[in-house]
Amino acid sequence: MSGEPSVTDKFETTPDWQIVAVVMGIIYLAYIVSGFLIGFPLRGQINAIGNLTFYVAVFAMLSLALNLHWGYTGLFNIGVVAFMAIGVYTMAVLVKQPLSQDPTAQIGGLGLPIPVGMAAGVVVATVFGLIVSLPALRLRADYLAIVTIAFSEIMRFTFLETSIKTFTLFGTETGLGGGSGLVFNVPAPIDWLTSALYVRGPYLDFVGWFGTTLGIGNPKAVVDNLVYSIILVLVVVAFYWLLQRIGRSPFGRVLKAIREDEDVARALGKDTDWFKMQSFMVGCGLMGLVGVLWMYDQGAINPNNFRPRLTFYAWIALIIGGAGSNTGSVLGGAIFAALLFQGPVYAKNLVTTAVGSGSAPQTFAGAVAPLGNLDPGPFAYYVLGNINQLQIVFMGVVLIWLMHNRPEGLLGHRSEEAAAVDLTDRPVVSDGGEVDE
Amino acid sequence: MGVRDTVNRGRIVAIERPDVFLVWVLGAALVVDLLWGLATGGIAFSTLASNVWDGIMRGLVIGLAGIGLSMTYSILNFANFAHGDYITAGAFAGWSVTYLITGFGEYDLGALVLVGPKSNVTGTIIGIGVVSTPLAVLAGLLVAGAATIALALLVDRYVYRPLRDEGGITLLITSIGVAFALRYLIAFVFDSSTRTTAGTTGNPAVRLNFVDGTVRVSSHDVTLVVVSVGLMLGVHYLLQRTKLGKAMRAMADNEDLARVTGIPTERVVRSTWIIGGGLTGFAGFMLVLWKETIRFNDGWLLLLLIFAAVIMGGIGSIYGAIAGGLIIGIVASTSVIWVPSGLTEATAFLVMILVLLFRPEGIFSGRSTA
Amino acid sequence: MSETAESDAAGDAESPSVAGLGGGSPDMAEYPLQVEDLRKQFGGITAVDGVSFEIEAGTMTGLIGPNGAGKSTTFNCITGMYDPDGGTVTFNGEDVTGMDPHDIAQRGLVRTFQIARELSDMTVLENMMLAPKGQRGERLWQSVLPGTRDRVIEQETELVEQVWDALEFFDIDHLASERAGNLSGGQRKLLELARAMLTDPDMLLLDEPFAGVNPTLEARLLEHVHELRKQGYTFLIVEHDMDLIMNNCERVIVMHQGKLLTDGTPEEVRSDEEVIEAYLGGQA
Ligand SMILES: Nc1ncnc2c1ncn2[C@@H]1O[C@H](COP(=O)(O)OP(=O)(O)OP(=O)(O)O)[C@@H](O)[C@H]1O
Ligand SMILES: [Mg+2]
Repeated sequence: MSGEPSVTDKFETTPDWQIVAVVMGIIYLAYIVSGFLIGFPLRGQINAIGNLTFYVAVFAMLSLALNLHWGYTGLFNIGVVAFMAIGVYTMAVLVKQPLSQDPTAQIGGLGLPIPVGMAAGVVVATVFGLIVSLPALRLRADYLAIVTIAFSEIMRFTFLETSIKTFTLFGTETGLGGGSGLVFNVPAPIDWLTSALYVRGPYLDFVGWFGTTLGIGNPKAVVDNLVYSIILVLVVVAFYWLLQRIGRSPFGRVLKAIREDEDVARALGKDTDWFKMQSFMVGCGLMGLVGVLWMYDQGAINPNNFRPRLTFYAWIALIIGGAGSNTGSVLGGAIFAALLFQGPVYAKNLVTTAVGSGSAPQTFAGAVAPLGNLDPGPFAYYVLGNINQLQIVFMGVVLIWLMHNRPEGLLGHRSEEAAAVDLTDRPVVSDGGEVDE
Repeated sequence: MGVRDTVNRGRIVAIERPDVFLVWVLGAALVVDLLWGLATGGIAFSTLASNVWDGIMRGLVIGLAGIGLSMTYSILNFANFAHGDYITAGAFAGWSVTYLITGFGEYDLGALVLVGPKSNVTGTIIGIGVVSTPLAVLAGLLVAGAATIALALLVDRYVYRPLRDEGGITLLITSIGVAFALRYLIAFVFDSSTRTTAGTTGNPAVRLNFVDGTVRVSSHDVTLVVVSVGLMLGVHYLLQRTKLGKAMRAMADNEDLARVTGIPTERVVRSTWIIGGGLTGFAGFMLVLWKETIRFNDGWLLLLLIFAAVIMGGIGSIYGAIAGGLIIGIVASTSVIWVPSGLTEATAFLVMILVLLFRPEGIFSGRSTA
Repeated sequence: MSETAESDAAGDAESPSVAGLGGGSPDMAEYPLQVEDLRKQFGGITAVDGVSFEIEAGTMTGLIGPNGAGKSTTFNCITGMYDPDGGTVTFNGEDVTGMDPHDIAQRGLVRTFQIARELSDMTVLENMMLAPKGQRGERLWQSVLPGTRDRVIEQETELVEQVWDALEFFDIDHLASERAGNLSGGQRKLLELARAMLTDPDMLLLDEPFAGVNPTLEARLLEHVHELRKQGYTFLIVEHDMDLIMNNCERVIVMHQGKLLTDGTPEEVRSDEEVIEAYLGGQA
């Protein structure tokens, strides 16, 4: 008992970056060790690390973008997923091969270059951010919540809608694909990127070398995955850089003031509506970019990828890390991805490797009945088989627990000073005449 | 100065009016289009009547469930995002009992209790219906209400009560956690498939002649009308005539004042959950009886429509919730005349957003209600 | 106890003040603020009922009245926090009725709040840094882009200096890194006043700025206010401390039940029957 406060104290005084480093270290170590325990071959191990890194990166990005809305500006946006969807759908429609080039595709696209599609995805998400913000930012927080989530469902229903499964845009037949979604019939991210940078040859050589050195057969998929994840980590760094700059500036200071008391900011001459709109638009644009980076890599999109639970994930990540802190957002994204998002699946693999997959009962009744005979096996298999659902239950419980016990998250209580310079460094006073107390 | 004043005012009106104006023009255009369609035979009267009837059914469920949401929204001051999943929980609890009573002895017990997951134990097969198995339906209805009350009280005791002094947003976020936990717990236990809960055998229907065609009215429609109108009248009586009702209204108006004047607020809160939870459970059961299918996200899908109804009716007003429910239900059901059927819910959400933007205090505000 | 300081200050007030000569204030109209027939209702309550007055440049005017007289509501209507139901507000010759609060503040008419509205999760320094007008870094792109960021930093460095000076001026420099939420009531009032000053206003509307401030500090503050007034700033102050108003203001406006009761010199007001009836009488 007596040791507990000191641990907390220690945590409170540890610099942010050390906490992040330690947490990341623990996460990766845990994954690598359990990978060995599972008995993953090297290929599986690298793949698992690649996947982990991928999700750490996307949730860190989402959390950062959301932090701009909620942590900095106090805008309660629970329609995150809509802006991701808008971003990636825009990109898909623009970059997919036209039907004339790829007649086998269900839905054609405009065949524009990939960077154009990506940029357009961000721009269109930003524009939708503007459209939503225009009327919505005057609403109280709970109404804004309802409006944004309703908007995200409206968008999902729209993407699902069969009557716009195909349409003609600028004389080219394209569409949103309805319930069956859209397939990116363009090169996968790494293939495209290496070609675009004229390093395709060297890259393939590297992949081959990597495979033979480590004794991995058919290494391309694994290496692609890892490399893409590392690129995403770089994007996280860029996000972080951008948001730190925004936060540590007069602009960020006004946002913070709006979160605290909008009337005060207005009484001091700040056009708060405009600040809120900009904050909302930038955040939505970033969410659009996350949608693009995440889903382009999956190769296909479908309206059901964009259910409200993705928004819920982003919120949990932010709240774990602590709204208001960019470092906390990254930390929250990482912990969410490792523990709550990938963790249960990984744990399931761990357990099934240890005890075999067995035959899971079809229904809960089939799982519970044998408990009467003190046979927990079927129940355990049922749990493993339905880990995806249980995982969300667990997330909900974690969120409730956090709101009860640590609503400020891990780092949310540490205020990051909103100024472009260090304020506490008092400039040298020229006249020594001032003597106080 | 006078001229400047006028110009200034004119500028404000010019900025604030066009959107309102546009909405009115759009609304008027739709009405004209509808009338034109009816006049020229483009839209059959019977089709419209069927849509409206369907909307009323939907609206009654929304209104019934909306009363509970509206009460907790105003008395506890937060938007409970778990409310939709209370509906689902009530529905599963109730239908579990209905299945059990109807099929007991003939079918696998586990399949009955779990409302026929992944099996051919469907409501159609075991022959559920208000006419064929009225007692099972009634028992299910009562259990749905009771189970939802228990759930609401339990969640309140362990989740919301410790946060009573926190702001509405803290509670809102927490309720999102409750919502997801509950929804996927239901999916985990009851399975995530969609099942059919009642068939035509137990649910006879008549086709009423209406101008140029017929309107189908089933026994479940009638049951829904009877049950929900009865419950609504009951709540009306409770709030208007009893001391509890007065205390609840006082607390909705001003919690601090209510506390000062000695109204035992925790007791009022508990009563709110009991009444609201009960109605919500009934609504869940009736929803499934009426639409004849059940799935773990039924309540969630209805939640935003319920929010729409509650906000439209004015938070805290039960009559507003009922009226808002009917409006939202009818809007959603009649919107198929203009928009693809996949977008009916989207249309209702859009209407809600418009209400929030233009009349956030509700469309009946200014009238004093319970 | 603060008798000396106050009379000192009052003495200063006698010396002729010339508008426009002072530090940051630009040319101003003779009557920067003109309020005409201002009206505001809340449901059935008429909080402000046809109030008209003019404030002379470079003066300090007191606005007094019993609780609920409509003083704060008048402030809210003048500064755009509320849309008045009727009447006009003219500032420096421009009709600002119904403008957004930030537009009015940008024009140099700045208010403080009756209940101090510190930004509690921000430090005192952050609170202060928020205030100055024309900050380059409030443009998003300027704060973000590498080239322009340097100039933002440059300006911030200048502002920090100003802010520290102001903190010193208001005697809260020892609290600079404190969260504003941890300040005492009086300190918050000071912070709010200091923050409002940093916007470089032409005219300040202060809603009970001295409530909760200790007498020594109050005297010092008043001294500063007079100093600023001499520099050409104009003040309109709501205050319940009758002596303070009478000793420091050239002019006093009395409101009662939403209406303007009297408007004159402290002596005139002091001897006004109606005022004694409505206000002083009510207090006894
Ligand atoms: N937002 C509001 N909604 C409803 N009534 C209000 C509102 N603001 C003020 N009032 C009412 O208007 C009247 C005038 O209030 P106001 O705050 O302007 O008085 P005041 O002169 O500032 O009083 P005090 O000296 O107590 O600060 C009061 O009756 C008050 O109850
Ligand atoms: Mg006041």
